[in-house]
Amino acid sequence: MSASALTESTTMHTLPGDAVRQIQWRFAERFDLQMLVQSARGVARGTVAHMVAAGERNSHEWTPAKNEMLEAFDRAGLTGVFMEPVEGGFITGPKNLALSLTAFELAWVDGGAATASLAGFLALSPIHERGTPEQANHYMTLSAPPLPGENRKPWRGAFVLTEPIPYVGVDTGMLNGKVRIVEWKDGEEPWLQVEKRGRFITNIAFANFVTAAVASDDPQIKGSCVVILEKTDEGTFEPGTATKKLVHQLSSTGDPIFNLKVPASRIVGGYTVTDGVIIPNFNHGEIIEAVFRRTRVPIGLMTAAKLLSAVEPVIRYQRGRFRGAEGIRPGTVRFEQGIQQREDALHRLVDVWASGEAAASLGFAAARLFDELDPIEKQKTAILKRSGIEGGRAEMKALRDSEQRAIEMLDLNPNDPRRLELAADILVNYVVKDAIANVLCPATKLWNTGHGANMMREAVSLMGGYGITEDCPGFLASKWMDAQLEATYEGPEAVQRRQLTVTMTSQVFLAQLKAWTAQMRRIASTHANIGACTLASAMEMWMWTLRHLQNATDADGHKLYHGQRQGVTFPLADALCWLLASRCQILDVLELETHDGTNAVAAEELTGTVQFLSDLCHTQAAQAAGEVSRICAELVFGYNEHPAWDEQGRQNCFMQRELDEFEMTMAGIASIAVDVVDQSGSHPDKAGPCAGCAGSSEFLRLQNKLCSCLSGSRLAKDRAAETVSKVMIPEALDYPA
Amino acid sequence: MTNELHIVVCAGIAPDPLQTLEPVTGATGPGLKNEMMLPAILDPWAASALFEAANLASRFPGSKVWLVSLGPKAKLQQVMMTVAQKAIFELVPIDAPIGGFADAHATAGALADAIAALPGLDREKLLIFGGWESATRGAGVTLQLVGERLGITDQFQGVDQIDLHDDGSFEVLERVEGGKHQVSRCIGAPAVLGWATGNLAEPRNNPQTGMANMRTIMPALQKAKLATLTANGLHYSSVSLPKQQRTTRVVKDRSPDEIAAEIVAWIGAN
Repeated sequence: MSASALTESTTMHTLPGDAVRQIQWRFAERFDLQMLVQSARGVARGTVAHMVAAGERNSHEWTPAKNEMLEAFDRAGLTGVFMEPVEGGFITGPKNLALSLTAFELAWVDGGAATASLAGFLALSPIHERGTPEQANHYMTLSAPPLPGENRKPWRGAFVLTEPIPYVGVDTGMLNGKVRIVEWKDGEEPWLQVEKRGRFITNIAFANFVTAAVASDDPQIKGSCVVILEKTDEGTFEPGTATKKLVHQLSSTGDPIFNLKVPASRIVGGYTVTDGVIIPNFNHGEIIEAVFRRTRVPIGLMTAAKLLSAVEPVIRYQRGRFRGAEGIRPGTVRFEQGIQQREDALHRLVDVWASGEAAASLGFAAARLFDELDPIEKQKTAILKRSGIEGGRAEMKALRDSEQRAIEMLDLNPNDPRRLELAADILVNYVVKDAIANVLCPATKLWNTGHGANMMREAVSLMGGYGITEDCPGFLASKWMDAQLEATYEGPEAVQRRQLTVTMTSQVFLAQLKAWTAQMRRIASTHANIGACTLASAMEMWMWTLRHLQNATDADGHKLYHGQRQGVTFPLADALCWLLASRCQILDVLELETHDGTNAVAAEELTGTVQFLSDLCHTQAAQAAGEVSRICAELVFGYNEHPAWDEQGRQNCFMQRELDEFEMTMAGIASIAVDVVDQSGSHPDKAGPCAGCAGSSEFLRLQNKLCSCLSGSRLAKDRAAETVSKVMIPEALDYPA
Repeated sequence: MTNELHIVVCAGIAPDPLQTLEPVTGATGPGLKNEMMLPAILDPWAASALFEAANLASRFPGSKVWLVSLGPKAKLQQVMMTVAQKAIFELVPIDAPIGGFADAHATAGALADAIAALPGLDREKLLIFGGWESATRGAGVTLQLVGERLGITDQFQGVDQIDLHDDGSFEVLERVEGGKHQVSRCIGAPAVLGWATGNLAEPRNNPQTGMANMRTIMPALQKAKLATLTANGLHYSSVSLPKQQRTTRVVKDRSPDEIAAEIVAWIGAN
C-alpha cells in the first residue's frame, strides 16, 4: 500500500476517542477524572473482561476469582472514588460525575462489575449523606482501599432496603424489618435488637457491615431509621443464599437474615431522647431519598455505555460478514463492506448509535448537574438554618418565594440585567437546579435503561445468530439481558414514571422547559441540520398536551391528569424523557463544535466528527418527535368517545338528499363530504362519523407543524449511514470476548 | 557510599497497537492517517525502561526519575493520564510533531538539549534509559545519538537487567543471539541503557500516584517549548506498510503450549 495524499475532509474517519468525549461530557479540564477513566478502563478491559471471557458469569455464587475483581477495584482507586482525599480517595469536591464515569467504563464491558463497584458506594451513602461525623469517619476509614505497601483488608458494605416476598417487597414507604430496645440502663446508651430479612441485596456475600432500613417495633422508638449492622455484632448476620440471577453475575446478590444486638449509636445520623423515647434524627425515607437521587444516574449511564460499546463490534461483524466465502476477494466491495452494502444494516446501527449518544448525554448532564447542586444545596441549608428554618416541610414553605423568583428569571431574556440579578441569588439558583435534577434523575434512570434495553436488542439482532452466543464480541447478549436489570433495580420503571409525573409539572421546571424550547429555536437558527427545530416543535406539543390534559376530562367526565390515572401521566412522562435526551445530545455536540481549533488532539477531524454527531442528533430528534407526536395524539384524542351512527352522530352527517340539493348550487360539494347517510339510513362501513376537531385544532396545528419539521431528518440519517460505512475501526476489540 | 541515581528516561509515544495504520503524505512529509485521533500509548520498549527506572529509584533513596518525551503536548497529556499512574517521575515534555518519520539526529538533538538543561542533574549519578527498539518506524539509533551528544560513551543495548553494586558499579545483561545475554560490568554512571523488555510486569494504575505526578506534569505541559525538527536532508520517496497481512486477534483460554503450536503451524504453512 503506498501513501495517499491527505485531503481536507468533513467526514469522520475514526470512532470518537477520549479527546472528543472529554469535551462533550465536560471533563477536558479535569485530569483527575481523565485518570479515573483510564484507571477504570484498565480494570474493565483487563481483569473484568478476562473474567467474563473465562466464564465467571456462569455461577451465581461469589468465587475467589470474583473477589479478585474487588481487589482490582481497590488497586485502581475505584473503591475510593466517592471518598475525600482525607478518607482515602483522590478526588476533591462532588463525585457524581466521577461515579458516573466509573460506572460507564466498567459497564462498557460488564454491568455486574459496575454494579459491584456502585454497591459499596450505596452502602456507605446513607452514612456519607446523613451519618454523624463519627460514623462517617469510622466507616469511611475502614472502607478506604489500602495504600501501596499497607497490609489491610478494606471493609465492604451492603445496603439493605428491600424485603422478601410475601413481605412488603420493594415499597420504600413501608418496612417489615423491626427495631426495638433490649437494654437501657440509666445514664448509658440504649441497646437495640434489630431484625431484618433482605431480598436481592448486592454485595452481601462479602459484606463486613450493612446499612439496614427498619421500622420501630417499640413505643420507645419513633418511626423508622437506618441502622448500621456489623458482621461481628452479637446475634445472626447470615448472608443467605445467592440469588439465581440470569444477569449481573459479577455482583454478589443474596437474601440475608439479620437478628442482631447493636448500640443505639448505630442509628444513622444519630438520635435524640425526648420523654424517654428515642427519636432518630432521620427516618429511613429521608435517608434513602438522599441516596437514590444520586445513585440512579450512574445506572442509566451503564446502559448508555453498552449501546456505545456495541458500535465497534457490530461494524467489524458487518464488514467481515462475507469474507471467507468462495470468490470474495480482498479489494472487492463485498469483501471490504460486507453487509454494510445494505442500507438497512447501516440505518439500524445509526439508530443504536444515536440512542447511545443521547443516553450518555442525558446521563452525564444529570451527573454534572448533581455536582453543581451539591454545594448549592449545602449553601441553601445553611442560609435557611440561619433564619431558623430546618426540615423538609419548613424549607419547602420558605422556598416558595424563591420559586416565584425562579419562574420570573426563566422568563427573562438571557441578557436582561434583572435575570443576572436573580441568577446571583443562591436560593433561586438552588430552586432551579433542584427542579431540573428532580426530572433529569428519573428521566435518566427510566429512558436510558428502558429504551436502552430495547435498543440493545436491536444491537444484538445486528449480529445475527452470533449475537446470542457466548462468543459474540463485546458480550452483547449479556449486555442486553443486563440492561433489563438496570431498568429494574434501584427503583423500577413505574417508580421513575411516578416520580416524573410529579416533578415534571413543577412550575419551575415548566418555566425551564419553555426556556429550553426557545433555546432550541435559537440553536436551529444557526444549526439548521441538527434537529433542534424539530425538537422545539415537539417540546411545544408536549407542553400543550400537558396543559390540555391537566384541564380536560374523559368521555365520562373524569379528570385526565391525575396521580391515579397512570394511563395518562406515565406515557406523558415517557414522552418527556425522549425530549430531554435529545436536547442534551444536541448541546453536547455544540460544546464539541466550540472547541474546533482549540483542542490539538481532536482538531484533526473535529469538523467531520461534529458533522456526524450532528446527523445522529437530527436522527434522534426525529425519533423523539415521532414518539412525542404519537403519545400526545393518543392522549388528546384517545379519551374522547368515538361518534357512533346514532341520533347524535347522525346530526353531524350530511343526508344524501341534502347533498343532492347543494350540488345543484355548489357543484362538487359532494366530493368533500365524508360522512353521508342516505334515506334508507345506510352509511359508510366504519366505526361512526369521523370525530371532529373541536377543541383540538391547536393540537392538530402543532402536529402538522411537527410533521413538516421532520424535513431533512432522513437525509441526516443517510449521511450518518454513509459515514458508518467508511469510518476506520481498530483491527480488534481491545478486550477479550 | 550511597547509590543515589539520576535516571532520565527518553520515551516517545506510539499509536495503540490495535489501531489500523495507513501511511499518508502530508505537506511536511509522510505520516499516519488520522494519527492524532488514534489512541496513543507510551512506546512499549521505552515504557519498560520507565518501569525499570522507577523500580531502581525506589530501591535507592534520594534517587530521581525524569521522563523526557517528545510529541504533541496535547497528545502527551492524554498518554500521561495512564502512564502517570504507574510510576513516580517528573515529566519533561518537548512539544513536537508526532510520528516515526522524524530525523533521528534532530530528535536526539532535542532530547539531549532538554536533558542537558535539567536543573540539578548530576552527571556522576546519571543513567539515561530508553527503548532499545520502538513501536513506531524506529530508526534504532536515537538513544545512542543522545548519549553521544551528551558525551556518554558507556552504552548498552537490548538490556534486560541491571544490578547496581554498593561501590556504584553495575552489571548489565544485554540480549545477544540465541536467547542468551551478554554480561557487562561498568564502573559507574554516567551510562546509556537501551532497554529490551526487562523483567518487570507493567505496574497497575494507581490514581494516588497519578495525582501526585500531576502536580508537576500539568505545569510542565503548559510550559512545554515547541521544538522544530529539521529534516537534515532526509527525504522519503515512498512509505508503505509491510506486505504481510496483519491479522490481529485477541485470544482467550489458550495455554502457552497451544499458542506455540499454532505459531509453529502457521510458520510451517507459510
